[in-house]
Formats: sequence, structure tokens, C-alpha cells
Amino acid sequence: MKDQELGQLIARVKEGALSRRSFIKKAAAVGLAAPFANQLLAFNGVAMANATLPYKPTKAGGGGPLKMLLWQAPTLLNPHFASGTKDQIASRVFFEPLAGWDKDGNLFPQLAAEIPSRANGGLSADGKEVIWKLKQGVKWHDGKPFTADDAVFTWEYAADPATAAYTTGSYKDIKVEKIDSHTIKVIFQNSTPFWADAFVGVAGMILPKHLFADYKGAKSREAPTNLKPVGTGPYRFVEFKPGDILTAERNPDYHVANQPHFDTLEVKGGGDAVSAARAVLQTGEYDYAWNLQVEDEILKRMETGGRGKISAVPSGNIEFIMLNTTDPWTEVDGERSSIKTKHPTLTDPKVREAMNLLIDRDSIQKFIYGRGGTATASFVNAPAKFKSTKLKYEFNIDKANKILDEAGYKRGSDGMREKDGKKLKYVFQTSINAPRQKCQQIIKQACQRAGIDIELKSITASVFFSSDVANPDTYTKFYADMQMYTTTQPQPDPERFLNQFVSWEIANKQNKWLGRNVSRYTDKAADEAYTAAQKELDPDKRAALLIKVNEIFCEAHVIQPLLSRTAVAAAANNLFHDHSGWDSDTWNLAAWYRG
Amino acid sequence: MGAYLLRRLLIAVPSLLGISLILFTVLAMAPGDPFSEMATNPNVPPEVREALRASFGLNDPIMVRYLRWLSNMVQGDWGFSFASRINVDDLILQRVPTTLFIVGSSQILALCIALPVGIYAATRPYSMFDQIANTLAFIGFSLPTFFTGLLLILIFSVTLDWFPFVYRSDIAATGWRWYWEMFRQAIMPITVLGLFQAASYTRYVRSAVLDVIRLDYVTTARAKGLSGQTVTLRHVTRNALIPVVTLVALQMPAVFGGAIVTEQIFRIPGIGSLLIDAILANDTPVIMAVTFVFACLVVLFNLIADILYGWLDPRISFS
Repeated sequence: MKDQELGQLIARVKEGALSRRSFIKKAAAVGLAAPFANQLLAFNGVAMANATLPYKPTKAGGGGPLKMLLWQAPTLLNPHFASGTKDQIASRVFFEPLAGWDKDGNLFPQLAAEIPSRANGGLSADGKEVIWKLKQGVKWHDGKPFTADDAVFTWEYAADPATAAYTTGSYKDIKVEKIDSHTIKVIFQNSTPFWADAFVGVAGMILPKHLFADYKGAKSREAPTNLKPVGTGPYRFVEFKPGDILTAERNPDYHVANQPHFDTLEVKGGGDAVSAARAVLQTGEYDYAWNLQVEDEILKRMETGGRGKISAVPSGNIEFIMLNTTDPWTEVDGERSSIKTKHPTLTDPKVREAMNLLIDRDSIQKFIYGRGGTATASFVNAPAKFKSTKLKYEFNIDKANKILDEAGYKRGSDGMREKDGKKLKYVFQTSINAPRQKCQQIIKQACQRAGIDIELKSITASVFFSSDVANPDTYTKFYADMQMYTTTQPQPDPERFLNQFVSWEIANKQNKWLGRNVSRYTDKAADEAYTAAQKELDPDKRAALLIKVNEIFCEAHVIQPLLSRTAVAAAANNLFHDHSGWDSDTWNLAAWYRG
Repeated sequence: MGAYLLRRLLIAVPSLLGISLILFTVLAMAPGDPFSEMATNPNVPPEVREALRASFGLNDPIMVRYLRWLSNMVQGDWGFSFASRINVDDLILQRVPTTLFIVGSSQILALCIALPVGIYAATRPYSMFDQIANTLAFIGFSLPTFFTGLLLILIFSVTLDWFPFVYRSDIAATGWRWYWEMFRQAIMPITVLGLFQAASYTRYVRSAVLDVIRLDYVTTARAKGLSGQTVTLRHVTRNALIPVVTLVALQMPAVFGGAIVTEQIFRIPGIGSLLIDAILANDTPVIMAVTFVFACLVVLFNLIADILYGWLDPRISFS
């Protein structure tokens, strides 16, 4: 491509005739990497804003109503009490963090003037300090100015254990100082390579100090603003009925020019995922529906109506199988699956290897999840730089049979294998959810053909995922030979996510099974790589260390990833939205518009 | 009468205490906890989860929690919802108007259909009309509301595109438009519930009228030369309706309780859907309050039904 042509392309992007994405695609075709192409646009004065959604409207307002349908209804509007994505989505309409995550896992400034970096002096060399410059001229919905005091207060509020904020984890180990009216400094105890946690994304929404100051700590529940939010966001609060409906109107003083586009916003809750999809795709009653965990077949049939389309973006969710190397059937010191015991057959790596060959991931994706997931052999899949390129999966019953034959597991009269009187007979548990039960069936049938007898068990989700100490069926107790579920990687950085592979996080009776390492499998090399990654400031070396932790567990076949799940949403055909798997669906609501 | 009322009210107190104790114990022993959504999220440290459990008093023994709940309840404090952290009574009061409107209208619709059809069918037993009415009534109460609800959505929302199937408690319109929108969105749920109720009421009215119509005083009335209409309306219906009134009074708790399945299908923000959401979120204070309110209503309307019965039928005395 000649310079001249490139210049013309950039000019077209500036005019809005060509989207950023297609520019980057065209640039990629001639060998320019996406980050470079992006920089090229930045140098030429095309704003970096809305990297993933070009904003077309030339004035704020005039877009009429925007109607969103969440099949789980929001129940509260304080982002620091938001227990699920439904509440995070609803509170994000009013509150904003310093920065949000776009769908490719890049930081995008919202209340910050710029993203801290080594180049602009925002990040210290030792990785212990971050300086955030806040945006000037931002006003709360009640007209008061937004300043550094609000950010510092948000830290005090969330870090106070008496507040009982769900976001405490992001704030309790840091210190925040005010430098001037629009600059704050975040201080970590140790070098922290992943610094974009406090004040970023779902855990980072800033609260107005003047309205919450009296309701810090034990009195947090009494704050009237918990249900009548006053934020800086693109829409202002009108009415909220917990568990039912939320209405909002355009904020005329919004701090981004020409945004937002819609005059009013309605977020309706309740019902189920299938009928939510129907209300958008078939009847067009609503513009947007979220988290559509519905079989792809059904969604495809609804899409033929032509009123809306499905959007699926990568997220950090991984559906996987975990094999138990401890003995779930022997009780030691009042607990089963204790690390003091050994599983009679699953401690044999050959058996685990054979099991991994018996999972038909491609069929599971094709026939069950469709656009809802991508078959994978890696536990971490996104962002791409943290995905292992070494791990491969295969479905091969003959190979599995061969491995088991060689390892000395002979078939008995019933066709099931055993060795030294120990049968390959496993209990496979998961939560009740139609796709999971179908998955269990597919795996059971393949295992049967390899002489492994699988007994299926399904547990109500509210029990399986509970932390009820008295219940034997929770996933953290893992009183079964194998189990399957989805776990969430909340940020586009897998460090905290991978703490489920370290030895000091093992779930046991002592920590009331609250430990994050549910598989109970440990490997010294993984521990070492993980601790090294926590301090490593070089992004490439750090990624390599985290990939190693992932590979150790996947190659030991204790963790058998199935699908990297996508976040699926439905939107009306004429709605341009910015759906990210790394942040709330409404993270960039200000830039949504109807075309 | 006064003594009877007092006696009944005194009996109600221990039965409500018993009901509340059973409800509370069952809920406390049921598996699951309100913080399950946090369990798979690595961003929420286990200590936070533990601290929340402790601050919501979930780690205390069941009896301690029950006595705390009871003493608060007596003082008018219903507790607060774990999910939305607001008072349970506010949450319930927000839902009452919608439930009363939807379920109340469907009851009225049911009576408007059941009374004329039931009476007319009973005055001409085994006629063509009676046969058809009977068959339809059978079909009506054999079809569950979730089936007819989905059927109506499929026909009127998806295929014909006439009515919306998502119910909104606040419609952004005023004047006649508001009424029109309200009518459009309420017609399907009201029809579903109303027809289901009408089916069972029709059979009830028909059999009650049939019982009365054969009595001697009706024959006497006819022999006096009164017109058929007068006999049916003034002599037969009045007496036949005594058991029907009792039945309707006993149905009243259901009116307040909402229609759980129908509310879920049409996303009606009523008490039934509040209960379902609370159960799914393991929001124990809300479940407890809603079920306890149901229990109180059942006890109360049983009493009202008994009193009404005595008032309508002088043969019954309260002494």
C-alpha cells in the first residue's frame, strides 16, 4: 500500500466514511499490526475515543427512548453492593469508573483524563504507585463538581469492612492519596503488575462524597442514595422499583460532547432468557437483552424474524471439567476429598490423559453451545496474549483405549476397565442447566466406549454454587470424582483468576471450603511461576509465567477446559451498542445510538 | 357474635405463631445461601463473604434468629432484603397495586363469565348449551396457565403482533393513551387467569344452582305463577350463591398472592414474581415475609368467610 492510499484511508476515517475497524482490517491486510494501525490514526488526530464503537450522532439527545430487558431484574443501584451483573449493569447507567474495559480488553478512560502509563508518568518504575489524572469539568447529576476527593472517598468507603461492599477485595490492600483537586495516587504494598483494578471497570465506580460521607461503614445500608443514585453517568435517575423497572433520562451536562444519544432509558427486569430474546428478536418490544444463555438453535430461529441480531463477544468465562486426585469417598478428620488421601485411580496421569481424549469438544460446541462458546484446550483464553498456544485438544476414543490398555486397565465381564480390583467408575457432578446435562451425556457415552463407567449427578445451581458449610453438594467441597462448571475471569488479566491453581488456596475444612483451589491439585513449579508473576513487571515475561501455570494444570489433565464462553446479547437491528465481555454491558452506554 | 369473633381471633394467634415457626425453620434449613453468586467470583475474597454472613446474622443458631425475627416483627420491623438492602415492607407495598389490579380484574372477569353461564346451564341441565359449557369448563381448568399464557403470546404477540407480552408498571403516556396501553398489556394476563378461574367457578355455580333448583320452595314459587326469570334470579340464585360467596372469599388470599406462574410469563411485577425472585436469590427475609403475609391472609379470609356465611344464611348461629 502506498503512503498516498494510506493517507486517503485515514482521511476517510476522519470524515466518518470508513470505520476504525475496517481501517484496521485494511491495514492488517498489508501487514500493519492492529496496535500500529491504531497509533497511526492517533498520530493523525483521529480521536482514540470509542475505539470499539465509532459514534456517529452529531448532537446529544434526539434518539427517543432506549429500552433494555434484563431477564434477571436489578435489585439495587449502589455499584459497591452490586452482587451480580444485573446490578452492575443498572448502576453503571449512573456511575462511572475512572476507566472501563473494551471488548478487546483495552483500558478506555471514562472519568480519567488519560490512562496512566510509564510514558506519561502515571506508573512508577517499581510498580508500587499509580497516578491517575482525573477529567476536568465533570459534574455530578446534582450540579456539584467531581474531584479527587470523591475518588479518595470511594476507596475509604469500599475498603471499610463494616461497609460490607462486594468490591472490598479491590480496595482493602491499597492506599489512595490526593495530590491535587484532579489527581490521585494509588499506592500498593508490593509491586503490582496488574494495577488496573481499583477505580476500573465494575469494581471501580466512583461515588459522590457529599452524598455518601454520612453513610460509610455500618450505616451503609441506610443511604437514601442507594436507591436514588446521583452519579456522573450519561443518564439521570428518574424512578426505580427493585426487581422490576428502572427509568432514567438524558443527562444534559454529560462530560462527553454530543453524548448520549437517547432521551430516555428504560431497564425492565424479570422473566426468563428465552422470552427476553423473543422480545428483542421476534416482537421488537425491546432494543437490547443481555446474557442470553439460550441454545443457539433457538436464537437462530428467532433471528430469522429479521428484527434483531445476536452479538457474541469473548469473555473470561471458561466451562471446564475438573478431575479429583483426592479420594472423595473416604473421610479423614471430618472431611472427604482431603489432601491427605489419594484417589485410587485418578492419581494415575494415564487415566487422566485418556479422559481428556474422551471429550468431544467440537461436537459440544457445534450441537450445544453454538455461538455461546469456542472449544478450547487452554484454561485462559483471553486476552490473546495470555492464551497458551501449546495446548491442543483431540477427541480420539481409540487412542484413549490404547493408553488405558498399556497402563494395565483390563476390561471386566461388564466391559468396564479395572486394575488391581480398582474399577474405573466415576461420579460426575454439575449444576442443573440443560446444556450441561447434554454435555454430561456426550462425555458419558464416549467414556463408556473406552470402558469407563460414569454416573451422572446434577445439583440445583443454588446449592452447587453456595458456600453452605453444612451441604455436601457444593462445588468447593467436590465430593465427587469429577465436576463441570463455568468459572469467571473478571478482568482481562488472569493473575487473580489463576490463584485457583496455587497450593495455599486449597479448599478444606479449615477454611470452611472457601479456598479457591477446588481441584486440590498442587505443583511446586506452578506455585513458583505464580509468585514470580505477581512481582514481574515486564508484561511479556509475566504473561509467560502465567501461561506456564495454566499449562502445568492442563497438561496434568487435572483441569480439562471445554469451551471459552462468550457473552451473548441480542440487539435491535438499528441499535449500535458496545458490548464488552470484560465489563458491564452498559460500560459505554453513552456511545450507544440508533442508526 | 362478639364472643365468637374474639374466640376465633385468639385461636388465630397460636396458629400464626406455629406457621411462622415452621416457615422459618424450613427456610433456615433449606440449602443455598444468598451469596452464591459471589462464590465463583475471585474478586470477592472469602473474608468478605464471611463478614457479610456474620453481619446479616446468618451464622447464629436457628432459634436465636427466629426469636430475633419474631420480636422485630411484633414491633413492625419486617427486616430488609439481602438482595436490594431495603425494607421488606416497602418492597411488598410496591408490588401490591399491580397484583391487585391484574388478579382482581381476572377474578371479576371470571365471575362475569361464571355466574351467567353457570346459572343458565343449571336451569337447562343436559341441554346443548349445558353440554358445551361443561366441556369448555373442563378444557379450561385442565389447561395450565403457563400453557395458555404461552399460547396467547405466540398467537397475539409473535404472530399477529397485536399486544406486547412484557408488562410495564409505569407507562410513559398520559390520558386516554395511558388507558389504551394499559389495556393492551393487561388483556392477555387477565384473560389467561380469568378464563382459568371462570372454568372452575362455572362448574361450582352450576352445581350450586342445580342443588337449589330442585327444592320444594322453587316448585312452590313456580306454582304461584311467578315468571321463570323471577324464580331463577330472586329465589334460586340468592340461595345458590351462599356457597359461591364463601368460595370467592376463600379465593381472596390468592388475589393478594398473585399468580406466580402468570406473573413470571408476562413479567408482571406482582407479589408472586417477587416471591419467585426472592426464592431464586435465596433472599430469606423476603421469602419469609411474603409467605407469612399469605398465611395471615388465609387465616383472616377464613374467618371472614365464616362470618359472611352466617350473615347470608340465618340458619347458622355463632353461639
